[in-house]
Amino acid sequence: MLNSLLKMFQYDFMIRALVVGGLVSLCSALLGTSLVLKRYSMIGDGLSHVGFASLAIAYALNFAPMSVSIPVCVVAAFFLLQLEESSKIKGDAATALLCSGALAVGVMTISLTSGMNTDVCNYMFGSILAISPSDLRLSVVLSIVVLFLYIVFYPRIFAVTFDESFAKASGTNTRFYNMVLALLTSITIVLGMRMMGTLLISSLIVFPSITAMRVCKNFLSTILVAALLSLFGFIVGISLSFLHSIPTGASIVIVDMILFFLFLGLEMLRNRKS
Amino acid sequence: MSYISLNNVGFSYEGKTVLSDIHFSVEKGDYLCIVGENGAGKSTLLKGLLGLKKASEGSIVFGDGLKANEIGYLPQQTESQKDFPASCYEVVESGRLNKLSFFLFIRKEDKKSVEDAMEYLKVTGLKKSCFRDLSGGQRQRVLLARALCASEKLLVVDEPVAGLDPLAQKELYEMLDKLNKEKGMTIIMVSHDVKEVVQRAKTILHLDRTQRFFGSAEDYLSSKWGKLLVKEEENA
Repeated sequence: MLNSLLKMFQYDFMIRALVVGGLVSLCSALLGTSLVLKRYSMIGDGLSHVGFASLAIAYALNFAPMSVSIPVCVVAAFFLLQLEESSKIKGDAATALLCSGALAVGVMTISLTSGMNTDVCNYMFGSILAISPSDLRLSVVLSIVVLFLYIVFYPRIFAVTFDESFAKASGTNTRFYNMVLALLTSITIVLGMRMMGTLLISSLIVFPSITAMRVCKNFLSTILVAALLSLFGFIVGISLSFLHSIPTGASIVIVDMILFFLFLGLEMLRNRKS
Repeated sequence: MSYISLNNVGFSYEGKTVLSDIHFSVEKGDYLCIVGENGAGKSTLLKGLLGLKKASEGSIVFGDGLKANEIGYLPQQTESQKDFPASCYEVVESGRLNKLSFFLFIRKEDKKSVEDAMEYLKVTGLKKSCFRDLSGGQRQRVLLARALCASEKLLVVDEPVAGLDPLAQKELYEMLDKLNKEKGMTIIMVSHDVKEVVQRAKTILHLDRTQRFFGSAEDYLSSKWGKLLVKEEENA
């Protein structure tokens, strides 16, 4: 067991997956807390589908996948927030439209170019082999930028998450910080998407923070616990995936799910006592 | 020069006018209460004063040393705050943001002001408690402390006693009186509770899609609008 776990580190692709996945897990846990509390949980799902479409198009046109997906997702995120504000189409409906629309475009592009094959399956459900050496550098740089910006804007992000109208009334540029959140989220989604899969990436945003919220009494501890849970779930999940050759994204989500139920039980136990 | 003066201000949603021809001013130290029935435009006007909604006509001018971001706001509580994991200290601290300008993090002087505000509103003991676990009255006091951190000049309060038990209502009104008298804070409040607020407020603004009455609380009670609303409340 230990030997085969140590073997993980002998493969370059595993090292890359561990580094990028670990960083993405941290970013998504931090951002996820704000998104869940602002009732934007589905934004991750919407963006990952847009990411899928843009990846498909990038491959078809022979462009570098990330340099296409990131700007496209950023634009989609702004668009979603804008809809939220104008509220002619409700946020959840807009996300649903975006999801299925983008998925259709992506599937159509793939079937017209390379045809449906295992690549599609990898896009959808993620692959441990997805991170190429050239992706590694960009992913590391971008996720460090995301972490850095999150820390720098932390007090403002808290204020905008807790009470947007108060923050706006007392002179905080809430639009700007919403955009920062959207920008950071889209980068995180694109970075994590190919390992976790289009259909599963949003769990990385939602699970750790929902789990942490079961037991934490303040915001700072919530994001720290969420970050730890996310990292733990990722490492356990990817190890299981490596040891038993099972899909990476799915095993991470299942570990996250078990953690969630454990914490839910803990919360219920605590409530019963008091 | 007044703190805030409105000149023929109007508001509209998607082209439909909901409020028109509003013209009044708020002086330093005033205690203004905005009354009117549901749909009269009270909340819209409040949003306009807070800069959350743009006026479709007329102008809102801040003066007498008051800047547009020096407003402490006590909003109606939102649904999402009921499961929000935040300690009371974190909530109050977020009121200091507008004082930070280019600083990224909370400074020593901010901490001092947060502690003073919590002391003043008697919520120091709740510092580490989780906001979602508090009673309605405690929450309002914590949010009032946050508003106090944001501004010691002007406090804007939206339906502060909605959903509170009678004792907590009384406490909250007394707290507002104290802020107005002791700290000299200017208060603008929207309320349904006409009978209570005419006793406490200095000035009344009655809205019914436009401005129906603006003047002292005593004059309001003897005006036809005041009589009408008080009577309606008794019947309800």
